[in-house]
Amino acid sequence: MPQSADKVLDHGKLFREDEYKDMLTRKKVEFEQGHSDVKVQEIVDWTKTEEYKEKNFARKALTVNPTKACQPLGAVFAAQGFEDTLPFVHGSQGCVAYYRTHLTRHFKEPNSAVSSSMTEDAAVFGGLNNMIDGLANAYALYKPKMIAVSTTCMAEVIGDDLHGFIENAKKKESIPEDFPVPFAHTPAFVGSHVVGYDNAMKGILMNFWNGQEGMRKENDQINVIPGFDGFCVGNNRELKRLFGEMGLKALILGDNADNYDTPTDGTYRMYDGGTKLDDVKEAIHAKATVSLQEYCTTQTLSYARGEGHQVEKFNYPMGLSATDSLIMKLSEISGKEIPDSIKLERGRLVDAMADSHALFHGKRFAIYGDPDFCMGMSQFLMELGAEPVHVLSTGGTKKWAKAQKALLESSPYGASGQAYPGKDLWHMRSLLFTDPVDFIIGNSYGKYLERDTGTPLIRLTYPIFDRHHHHRFPTMGYQGAINVMVRILDRIFEVADLDTIDTAVTDYSFDLVK
Amino acid sequence: MSLTDTVEKNQGLIDEVLEAYPEKAKKKRARHLSVHKEGEKDCGVKSNVKSLPGVMTIRGCAYAGSKGVVWGPIKDMIHISHGPVGCGYYSWSGRRNYYIGTTGIDSFGTMQFTSDFQERDIVFGGDKKLGTLIDEIEELFPLNKGISVQSECPIGLIGDDIEAVSRAKAKEYGKPVIPVRCEGFRGVSQSLGHHIANDAIRDWVFEKEGNATPVEQTPYDVTVIGDYNIGGDAWSSRILLEEIGLRVVAQWSGDGTIAELENTPRAKVNLIHCYRSMNYIARHMEEKYGIPWVEYNFFGPTQIEKSLRKIASLFDEKIQENAEKVIAQYRPLVDATIEKYKSRLDGKKVMLYVGGLRPRHVVGAYEDLGMEVTGTGYEFAHKDDYQRTTDYIGEGTLVYDDVTGYEFEKFVEAMQPDLVASGIKEKYVFQKMGMPFRQMHSWDYSGPYHGYDGFTIFARDMDMAINNPIWSQVKAPWDK
Repeated sequence: MPQSADKVLDHGKLFREDEYKDMLTRKKVEFEQGHSDVKVQEIVDWTKTEEYKEKNFARKALTVNPTKACQPLGAVFAAQGFEDTLPFVHGSQGCVAYYRTHLTRHFKEPNSAVSSSMTEDAAVFGGLNNMIDGLANAYALYKPKMIAVSTTCMAEVIGDDLHGFIENAKKKESIPEDFPVPFAHTPAFVGSHVVGYDNAMKGILMNFWNGQEGMRKENDQINVIPGFDGFCVGNNRELKRLFGEMGLKALILGDNADNYDTPTDGTYRMYDGGTKLDDVKEAIHAKATVSLQEYCTTQTLSYARGEGHQVEKFNYPMGLSATDSLIMKLSEISGKEIPDSIKLERGRLVDAMADSHALFHGKRFAIYGDPDFCMGMSQFLMELGAEPVHVLSTGGTKKWAKAQKALLESSPYGASGQAYPGKDLWHMRSLLFTDPVDFIIGNSYGKYLERDTGTPLIRLTYPIFDRHHHHRFPTMGYQGAINVMVRILDRIFEVADLDTIDTAVTDYSFDLVK
Repeated sequence: MSLTDTVEKNQGLIDEVLEAYPEKAKKKRARHLSVHKEGEKDCGVKSNVKSLPGVMTIRGCAYAGSKGVVWGPIKDMIHISHGPVGCGYYSWSGRRNYYIGTTGIDSFGTMQFTSDFQERDIVFGGDKKLGTLIDEIEELFPLNKGISVQSECPIGLIGDDIEAVSRAKAKEYGKPVIPVRCEGFRGVSQSLGHHIANDAIRDWVFEKEGNATPVEQTPYDVTVIGDYNIGGDAWSSRILLEEIGLRVVAQWSGDGTIAELENTPRAKVNLIHCYRSMNYIARHMEEKYGIPWVEYNFFGPTQIEKSLRKIASLFDEKIQENAEKVIAQYRPLVDATIEKYKSRLDGKKVMLYVGGLRPRHVVGAYEDLGMEVTGTGYEFAHKDDYQRTTDYIGEGTLVYDDVTGYEFEKFVEAMQPDLVASGIKEKYVFQKMGMPFRQMHSWDYSGPYHGYDGFTIFARDMDMAINNPIWSQVKAPWDK
């Protein structure tokens, strides 16, 4: 009997005690009727081969361990960046439970969103009544200033008409006539969460900007759209600080930072922070709209361009030159000089990169995640002297692959790099066996790749479920770049130390000073 | 406060909370909220009916009940999330159903397999893709022991015939290929998904010729049904059953295998932990194979002892003696655990809100530590669950079925328990209020909580949460 009240063993240790090990062996041998250890090993070895890789890459129908979610997750995220806004997802209710869970597990924060809870009868007759009652209930209970509607695939398949439904609900007095209810169709079978973000963002802007045609009076404001970013808490605050340093009149459209980082002080805030709705309305007059993630904002930017905005796009600007480009672009649009304080920050980043360049040189990396993240990350690695080798995005399109490839070709450090659009982490597993790298950069789901291939994982993109608090620190801006660099460096140092930790074997190289 | 006062106060609270609703919703929600009175047969609430739109129900869907709960943990099968990419993505590896195996080779529990439906699949149907996908699985994962097709919403709406594809592929590969019609819009919660998943086992496992070698039978063969091995729960239960001399021939479905499912009809007794999610298959086996089933509860020593004796009573004297021996053998651990933690937890109040079993099953474990459950409710219970709940809760307990975000927040705010025990979506809401919280679906990344070994962990965790020093720091010192 291994358990004791003095020294409590939980799952991590308990099941390694002999009683349990014996029990589990008996279960396996007597009842599971599994394959022999020899057979298992044979297949393990086969999955590491070039032959397996070819079969794996020949897949046409099966997706295994993708790096993308579906549209409404992005739509819910986008909505939660606005003042007192309740995301309302029209369709089956289980979806909303999933989005809330997913976002909560990453940010370790409450996440509020409602569903119209459509069931079989709504599948037959349509979800109009669900919309009418749902808006009335959500409005009465949660007192939002805006309800942002998106859809699950169920509502899309049956073809519910959001616009008509919402108008109908207003007629039935579910919500006041002038209450903002932007909407976006977000079918899960098109694109991914980054497209859902785009659709929802566009829907919200349209809600406030349409009807102002011809009234636009351009001012010197710059709208900044961050895109779907698991590090938004740290990043948006860092961006605002930089905007302040530069004296810019800049507005973040969809600022999730405070909503995803509320204090524990005795009061639960269902909503916090977010872009003020009045500011969204006024944002039509901005001179320019700048997207930090091109693939999260394709539609939105083209809409803003149509409204007369100068539009600019980045690909998750991270590291030295991407931050330079962003800062210079903001300076160019605004006509504001880049202050010395920012030059100082830049210098500190260059200083740090110079100090550590030897550690990065020639290190090979696999990167996966959203299309923009892959680009931002690989660009930073290349300027550190590291080599992005496998760059993979299940949600990445052919257009993305072309841009990603061009980026890799822009630097000698990208010479061995390849972009993999539409591929998944089971493809990545084959790549890691047939063409090994030193590190993987991705999210928590990469831990299975780390275990299978022995390639150390660095978690730098959404979702991060199994580590705490990293999203509180910026990855953008010059200071964010230092954070990212230190995260990677720490892993490089830890791996090197672990690799030389055997006494009387590798006493050399176990260095105190590095 | 006297019991009558509590009843009145809680009824007042319900009335107050209901005021926030529009008239139509208010009327409907009123039927799901109640103050328990002794002698009541079913806690006085309606259950297993549709959630209201827009109220922020905590419930999930049928797919979650089938893929996430019942089928997902069968480790040597591949479970395809059939439809768009999201459902499989969100439910990927989130439930902590522990298993042992070589993942990706002979076990697949922490992986996500999906047909990642695109627009063309919706328009032209996905049956052909499903067939190709199964071929690809067979080529790349040859050691899988079977496949289940977990339907997402669109499948049932576009009229795909996944049964035909499954039948053809099962024949072609000589392995179980099991279509499950667990589209998320079916039913009102996860619960129908459990039922559909149970029925799929009945029709597509029991009624088919499987590949498992029949296990040799003994008079002591039992199964563990409705234990998903969260944090290892099924293992810390199994060890007790083995110690009293029984032979556990199958685990449903935590750390389970298709061979264990196929061999289940050879057992002498089916032991049911989660009644809500698996009573259907137990009833079926009773009817069809004459296998009796018995519910048990392995949370907390009082219920464990009761359950061990109840289970042993179905067997001979040897087993009954063994049960007494095992109870005695664990007594020092129980005493030491209670001795250590009870003084720190005595009199503390808990409010629960979980799925379909734990809102009643864990009450005894709290009481063993001197704690009191002042409110409880289920996401997806049926009437028979609320009937069973009356055995566990006392007069004045607040009962809330399919509680909404708004209601739960207001109830907790007013009742000020010492601990809220619910799910991940609720966790941070209450912690922000300065309220200690434990997740009671995932054991908050701890566990196991079942069995004697689990009870000690449970006790430590509740103490850790409630008596953590941070809760006295919620207000800034200059505001005091």
